[in-house]
Amino acid sequence: MEVGVMKMVNKEKLGLKETELRLGLPGTDEEIMAKNLIMNSNGKRGYKETVDLKLNFSDMDRTDDRKEKNLHKEKTPAKAQVVGWPPVRSFRKNIMEVQKNGSEETTDKTGMGGAAFVKVSMDGAPYLRKVDLKMYTTYQELFDALGKMFSSFTIGMMDFMNESKLIDLLNDSDYVPTYEDKDGDWMLVGDVPWKMFVESCKRLRIMKGTEAIGLAPRAMEKCKNRS
Amino acid sequence: MAQSFPEDVLEHVFSFLNHDRDRNAVSLVCKSWYDIERLSRRRIFIGNCYAVSPEIVIRRFPDVRAVELKGKPHFADFNLVPEGWGGYVYPWVVSMAGAYPWLEEIKLKRMVVTDENLELISKSFKNFTVLVLLSCEGFTTDGLAYIAANCRNLRELDLGESEVEDLSGHWLSHFPDNCTSLVSLNISCLGSEVSFSALERLVARCPNLKTLRLNRAVPLEKLPNLLCRAPQLVELGTGAYSAEIQSDIFSNLSEAFLGCKQLKGLSGFWDVVPAYLPAMYSVCSQITSLNLSYATAQNPDLVQFVSQCGNLQRLWVLDYIEDVGLEALAAACKDLQELRVFPSDPYDAEGNVTLTEQGLVAVSEGCPKLQSVLYFCRQMSNAALVAIARNRPNMIRFRLCIIEPRAPDYLTLEPLDAGFGAIVENCKELLRLSMSGLLTDRVFEYIGTHAKKLEMLSIAFAGDSDLGLHHVLSGCESLRKLEIRDCPFGDKALLANATKLETMRSLWMSSCSVSFGACKLLGQKMPRLNVEVINERGPPDSGPEDCPVEKLYVYRTIAGPRVDMPGFVWTMDERVSSRFSRATEGHGD
Repeated sequence: MEVGVMKMVNKEKLGLKETELRLGLPGTDEEIMAKNLIMNSNGKRGYKETVDLKLNFSDMDRTDDRKEKNLHKEKTPAKAQVVGWPPVRSFRKNIMEVQKNGSEETTDKTGMGGAAFVKVSMDGAPYLRKVDLKMYTTYQELFDALGKMFSSFTIGMMDFMNESKLIDLLNDSDYVPTYEDKDGDWMLVGDVPWKMFVESCKRLRIMKGTEAIGLAPRAMEKCKNRS
Repeated sequence: MAQSFPEDVLEHVFSFLNHDRDRNAVSLVCKSWYDIERLSRRRIFIGNCYAVSPEIVIRRFPDVRAVELKGKPHFADFNLVPEGWGGYVYPWVVSMAGAYPWLEEIKLKRMVVTDENLELISKSFKNFTVLVLLSCEGFTTDGLAYIAANCRNLRELDLGESEVEDLSGHWLSHFPDNCTSLVSLNISCLGSEVSFSALERLVARCPNLKTLRLNRAVPLEKLPNLLCRAPQLVELGTGAYSAEIQSDIFSNLSEAFLGCKQLKGLSGFWDVVPAYLPAMYSVCSQITSLNLSYATAQNPDLVQFVSQCGNLQRLWVLDYIEDVGLEALAAACKDLQELRVFPSDPYDAEGNVTLTEQGLVAVSEGCPKLQSVLYFCRQMSNAALVAIARNRPNMIRFRLCIIEPRAPDYLTLEPLDAGFGAIVENCKELLRLSMSGLLTDRVFEYIGTHAKKLEMLSIAFAGDSDLGLHHVLSGCESLRKLEIRDCPFGDKALLANATKLETMRSLWMSSCSVSFGACKLLGQKMPRLNVEVINERGPPDSGPEDCPVEKLYVYRTIAGPRVDMPGFVWTMDERVSSRFSRATEGHGD
């Protein structure tokens, strides 16, 4: 844990916080993010102990584009991106999705079929969120949204072409997104084409890299097959 | 002065008072009336489960038979309240299990209920008859099995639109063979198939069954079996309303509906195959409540069906009805009181249906009793809103959602202030209002000036400054619930109207400009309010005082700060806020 904190502090000193990936809601202050890097002894409920910040270097060159996109989002929020707008209940959204996709008999947690809303948990974070997978069209969009939800965390985009990078990622104490599929197996997110992922994902869990090692073999194989 | 009436006479008189308002008034007359009333109150409604504690309720009202509780704020419906926020029914069930052995009814809305809670309910109350769970979550079908198995005299089981972890349909088979008491069963939110024969037998042996809402898994071909065994049904929710087109299925269905002489309400209609809609023609003229909001039927099938229902009082429908369908509705259904039009494709910027402000104007013109509206559309004009307001001064609930945030009057490109202003000015009995579109501080001035009966107001992406919020808080005398998202409202209006907040049930503000410092101040000034800051990014004191909080939920309470808050919720009270200020002043702990 201390290692993680040291990493954060060093990175801050290097002035790299400008390259942090985050989506700011209207009114956010950059200062909050900076302060979050430092362990706050006033931290109430052990929240701080579980914070680990991963700066996403692989996306450095795309940061500017994304920042622009974020600004644009703040001014004229695209419908699909604004949480809770239009104000349609998830129950209704799920049902409409299922009917659009034809009536397959599926039994899932929401009880109405379809995999639109899935719960997302993050190791160490004291709460769950829900995401509607149908709101996104690529893994990157999903990661952006997860990053926004779990604020001080940013989720690394897995580079599936690079086996050694994958190994690094998993050996790190950083976070890796995993999901439970229809068969109850836990897989690394990004393993399969996006559409297939949406169909089969039942819930998401953002795991510490070290814990996700057991899931690595299949992903590793994919790397090998591609390279 | 000696007591003029003996206690039991007073108690008998009070037994005619059912409304909380009246009972509360009576309890203020004198101490003996207070005592007589509290001992005889049987029904409790608690609009915010954190406004009071189970202990306080039980101490005052020792012999309650029916409890209704609401948990999460309304915006939880739209995913604005993070998971784990609260609303647990657990402490209530545990306390009531000991204190109210004769409890008969529990109704919950937006609360977290577990299987253990359901088991406890099923085993603690010998006379338990009514369980209603609206928009609840946290339980599975295993929990339902306890209710089915143990509640001998169960009359009502309504799962509303709850999020139930559906492990299997087997739970329904736990109703014992000698259970004949069911009056109302709503399992429409469940996905799993229940044993049809068990359902059939259950329906057949409950002669008082009036409401039956099936889930999607019950096939259309089997519906006649149920209808024949329950011709006394008043409300029916179909399962999936689709089957291959076969004449025998159609004729069975028609015949079954023909037998349902009492039927007044219809819902369900998932996967609707329009060819089967005419099977219900024999009951259409009886129908007063029709929920087609999950039916993806389009015109002309849709409007043809709806037009058959000349006595309709309530219609929920998708925007497939289009303007042309609403015009037909306006012509055919003169008794219409409530209309809700939902979006078939909420995330599509353009939409592929011709549903505009015209449809709503037509209904407002043609239906003199229209008083409750929920309408999703993609364009609106001030002229249309003014017309609606003038047509329907009897409107009491008006909720308009223009899909694009901050959309102006599409004809003039002006804000919709004048339109909504006309609504509040003309509709003097307006109780509930939800607004959308481009709105400036001016609309809030109109609301503060005219909306004197308004109890609930929902605002999104509107206003220019604190003045807007100030108009509402200072002007709306009857305001009970205010929910705001993404508006530039900040500290001044909130602090200036702090005492107003004690007269309301709750205030929700998310993605606004209320600073952490103001929240602390509010918490300090107002000990009878819980000022809860929801910050998922981290403690609100990790930034400067003037930093805006992410979400704010303020509610009046006599129970003090709650003890079940998750890590991302902070209560601003005297102790806590002074701890925060010590830290920021650098005094350390």
